Amino acid sequence: MIEVKNICKTFDDRMILDHVNVTFEEGKTNLVIGSSGSGKTVLIKCLVALYQIDEGSILYDGRDFSMIEEDQRRDIRKEIGMVFQGGALFDSQTVEENVAFPIQMFGNMSAEECRNRVNFCLNRVNLTNANKLFPSQLSGGMKKRVAIARAIALNPRYLFCDEPNSGLDPKTSIVIDNLIHEITAEFNITTVINTHDMNSVLEIGDKIIYLNKGQKWWEGDKQAILETDNQEINDFVYASELFKRIRKASR
Amino acid sequence: MKIFYFPGHYYLFIRNVFRKPQRFGWFRKQLLYEINSLGINSLPIITIISLFMGAVITIQTAFNIDSPFIPLYAVGLATRDSIILEFSPTIISLILAGKVGSSIASEIGTMRVTEQIDALEIMGINSSSYLVLPKIIAAVLINPFLIILSMFLGIAGGWFFGVIAGSVTTTEYLYGIQYAFRPFYIFYALIKTLFFAFIITSISSYYGYYTSGGALEVGSSSTKAVVYSSIFILVANYILTQLLLA
Repeated sequence: MIEVKNICKTFDDRMILDHVNVTFEEGKTNLVIGSSGSGKTVLIKCLVALYQIDEGSILYDGRDFSMIEEDQRRDIRKEIGMVFQGGALFDSQTVEENVAFPIQMFGNMSAEECRNRVNFCLNRVNLTNANKLFPSQLSGGMKKRVAIARAIALNPRYLFCDEPNSGLDPKTSIVIDNLIHEITAEFNITTVINTHDMNSVLEIGDKIIYLNKGQKWWEGDKQAILETDNQEINDFVYASELFKRIRKASR
Repeated sequence: MKIFYFPGHYYLFIRNVFRKPQRFGWFRKQLLYEINSLGINSLPIITIISLFMGAVITIQTAFNIDSPFIPLYAVGLATRDSIILEFSPTIISLILAGKVGSSIASEIGTMRVTEQIDALEIMGINSSSYLVLPKIIAAVLINPFLIILSMFLGIAGGWFFGVIAGSVTTTEYLYGIQYAFRPFYIFYALIKTLFFAFIITSISSYYGYYTSGGALEVGSSSTKAVVYSSIFILVANYILTQLLLA
């Protein structure tokens, strides 16, 4: 579980996160939604300490991540997996080298065990026969899968995904969503996903947090978001005419 | 106060770079890769430049000696001293600042803007040490060999092209390059080379590491890396020459 307590973040006197309080639960897919510029990416980067928060605290299962030395922070980071928007795969390494990288850096596995673990992770994301390819030879969906495989290579307790569906077709998006959702439940991970893909919200949103202008405006699950009368949420979720018609028909 | 920003920030960066590597096996692998990338891959350009610069120095020196009181072996002597004292350590380092410096800054800068450095940090890896330390150590180890090779090729190029052009005879040239030779000159050149290798790799890495934005900023970091590495090489050259030769 990750507890975010009253955090604030400003850039050049612009408040990007304004006293945000939220709890991300274990074994659940926690989605952070909001329009562009609402502070989603800043929130996720504050959670993993790529940005320093100005106020408040972030607790990883009771361990204060925001008020510790960099060396101690690195120990907690070994329990974190992250899938970046663009994949952030290492260009000079093949697919299997990318997935093996955290294992070789921090694991104590033999070469054989490492190879088996890499194959397990790649199979888990349904990516076979791609071990020797370089990132430049992969499609967008394949890159995301490799990024997920790398993120789960060390059995993380916390998984962060920054817009995992961006740039993917609807079918591949659903595959990636389901994959993250299954992995979260299977390994009891605390997963936090940034997205503005409404399909993801309605498919896998165990817990949904709506950010607007750097503040938490709403929180609930995928059922609650369908039923809410909050105008801001409805304007965001049912932005398209199609969604508006579907909602009207379902009511 | 901005004038103090760069030295302070650069110092903090370097302090972070010189941390114990996460895994020594990985460090060794990276080190060998960088020796090949920064050193061995620079051999062709160093060979060509050294041969032709040696040739030009010899022919120009011979051309400018028109007094019958100056012996012809002075051509060999002048070529040797020019190459050992200044051309090989300083000019080759400036050329490497262009070739290697821009390559380092654009490689690390691209890793920054594509979030690969963030990915390393999130894994709990000291990204600056992981990426930069092997480059600095590799350059400090391999550059002295490159400079010694450059000295040899420069002097050999001077002899070969000087004789072909009829500017000097083999006997006089060989006598000249051995005349009043001080081994300290080699030591002086290698000391400079070590400092220059550190300057090229650390400054280029610094500008690459702190790139923010996109492709345009990567190009800008690459340019800054070359410009500032060159300026610092020239300043360090003056200070080291003052300290070692004055």
